[in-house]
Amino acid sequence: MKVLVAVKRVIDYNVKVRVKPDNSDVDLNNVKMAMNPFCEIAIEEAVRLKEKGVATEIVVVSIGPKVAQEQIRTSLALGADRGILIETEEKLESLTVAKLLKAVVDKEQPQLVILGKQSIDSDNNQTGQMLGALTGMAQGTFASEVVVEGDKVNVTREVDAGLRTVGLSLPAIVTTDLRLNEPRYASLPNIMKAKRKPLEVVSPADLGVEIKSTQTVLKVTPPAERSAGIKVADVAELVDKLKNEAKVL
Amino acid sequence: MTILVIAEHDNAALNAATLNVVAAAKEIGGDIEILVAGEACAAVAEAAAKIDGISKVVVADSAAYKYQIAEAMGDLVAELGAGYSHILAAATTTGKDFMPRTAALLDVNMISDIVAVESADTFVRPIYAGNAIATVQSSDSIKVITVRGTGFDAASAEGGSAAIEANATDKTSATSAFVSEELAKSDRPDLTAAEIVISGGRGMGNGENFEILYKVADKIGAAVGASRAAVDAGFVPNDMQVGQTGKIVAPALYIAVGISGAIQHLAGMKESKVIVAINKDEEAPIFQVADYGLVADLFDAVPELEKLL
Repeated sequence: MKVLVAVKRVIDYNVKVRVKPDNSDVDLNNVKMAMNPFCEIAIEEAVRLKEKGVATEIVVVSIGPKVAQEQIRTSLALGADRGILIETEEKLESLTVAKLLKAVVDKEQPQLVILGKQSIDSDNNQTGQMLGALTGMAQGTFASEVVVEGDKVNVTREVDAGLRTVGLSLPAIVTTDLRLNEPRYASLPNIMKAKRKPLEVVSPADLGVEIKSTQTVLKVTPPAERSAGIKVADVAELVDKLKNEAKVL
Repeated sequence: MTILVIAEHDNAALNAATLNVVAAAKEIGGDIEILVAGEACAAVAEAAAKIDGISKVVVADSAAYKYQIAEAMGDLVAELGAGYSHILAAATTTGKDFMPRTAALLDVNMISDIVAVESADTFVRPIYAGNAIATVQSSDSIKVITVRGTGFDAASAEGGSAAIEANATDKTSATSAFVSEELAKSDRPDLTAAEIVISGGRGMGNGENFEILYKVADKIGAAVGASRAAVDAGFVPNDMQVGQTGKIVAPALYIAVGISGAIQHLAGMKESKVIVAINKDEEAPIFQVADYGLVADLFDAVPELEKLL
């Protein structure tokens, strides 16, 4: 079966985030960018499905500026077969992203679509579910285990109360949580091979999707700073402070 | 302007997170109605009707909603919610699961995880793991919003007497079904509702060592949490994870034990009123946000703490 994986180029998760002095946005100038960590887990899951003989082809799609080809190439080096970049310089909201992905789903007809549960920049946690609604597909969000059996997939989800497993008819959508797998690193030969794998570039207009924005970011500010407190010498002093100074015990 | 709040519950009891969502709805202003979708959930509807400031409770009681499957909930809330100005749910794993489906079906964007209301169309939400705070204005005809509980003081659970109305809409999903669940069993308070939280990190070494935290927790009525590192290492289950992608907590007292303080963990607990850090590495970043820091071996300090409490 064909698996479609969506990946996003975001700020590297190790980079210290700074807000621009004019409070218009986060400063991304000269900042290291990388694949969203949850998307790496999505690619890894697709590759494992292919290694098990469940998946036959892995198509990776990204939406963003031309440089997002880097993240597609990384995905190809990790084991995806071909890539699609929907090239746009505009900052997109989740509904538009979901509509663009729906256009790709309509064309590619994958049996499984795997996405990260959220991107670590906007922290929205929306796109996979929106794509589910637009395509009419069932969804297994925040997945920690994915088992394909015939025309069904069982997805174990990390929920607030523990773990819950849902059974979905294929085609279906999976969004990844942290413990689904541990992504591998790309080997040098595979990085070389990835350069020759096909990568198609299309525009939102090619897919017939109009870019619409309904949200305006009025300002972006740094969070309230929490100042470091004091060091206590021992447990006795700690308990004394909690009881008599902070009064929380 | 009428706001629809989706109740969070387990068919037996109303989850306290709903009270924080109602508080957010009150700040937006207007009539507030609550939808209780579940199976055999009459007790939940009665509890919802008692919340202060609610004008109506709608109950969709059907096997379709027993497990609040996202496909069924998304369809139901999109259909019932079409006439409202705002649709609000808690930013729990349930709300996060179905609300984006609802938004897409209504052809509107969604605003996730709000922590403050500026006006009926402008909301504040953390981005980049809480390292930046965005103020976002929405021009959508219906505002679909999830609410982070720690941003709003709970509305009063008593004082209301809203009418309860049944709704027979059946949106049974043909493509998704509940299979099984493994729920954490604990007599300790719920992490997101506890007044005191004590969390362990990689420094705990293994799952058995969490026992020393459980002893402290049981003595002071605390909930026990963990850092991602401790969950990834298999020390404790995922429902204990505090952080950017786990649970967001803001108790009166948060005690971090053997946790270095990665930004993803801080994102989940730095709104706590008082933070205590116990770590043997005095350079650990957790000390930069702690009100009281104790540089010590946790295996000496925690048992001593238990004795002195």
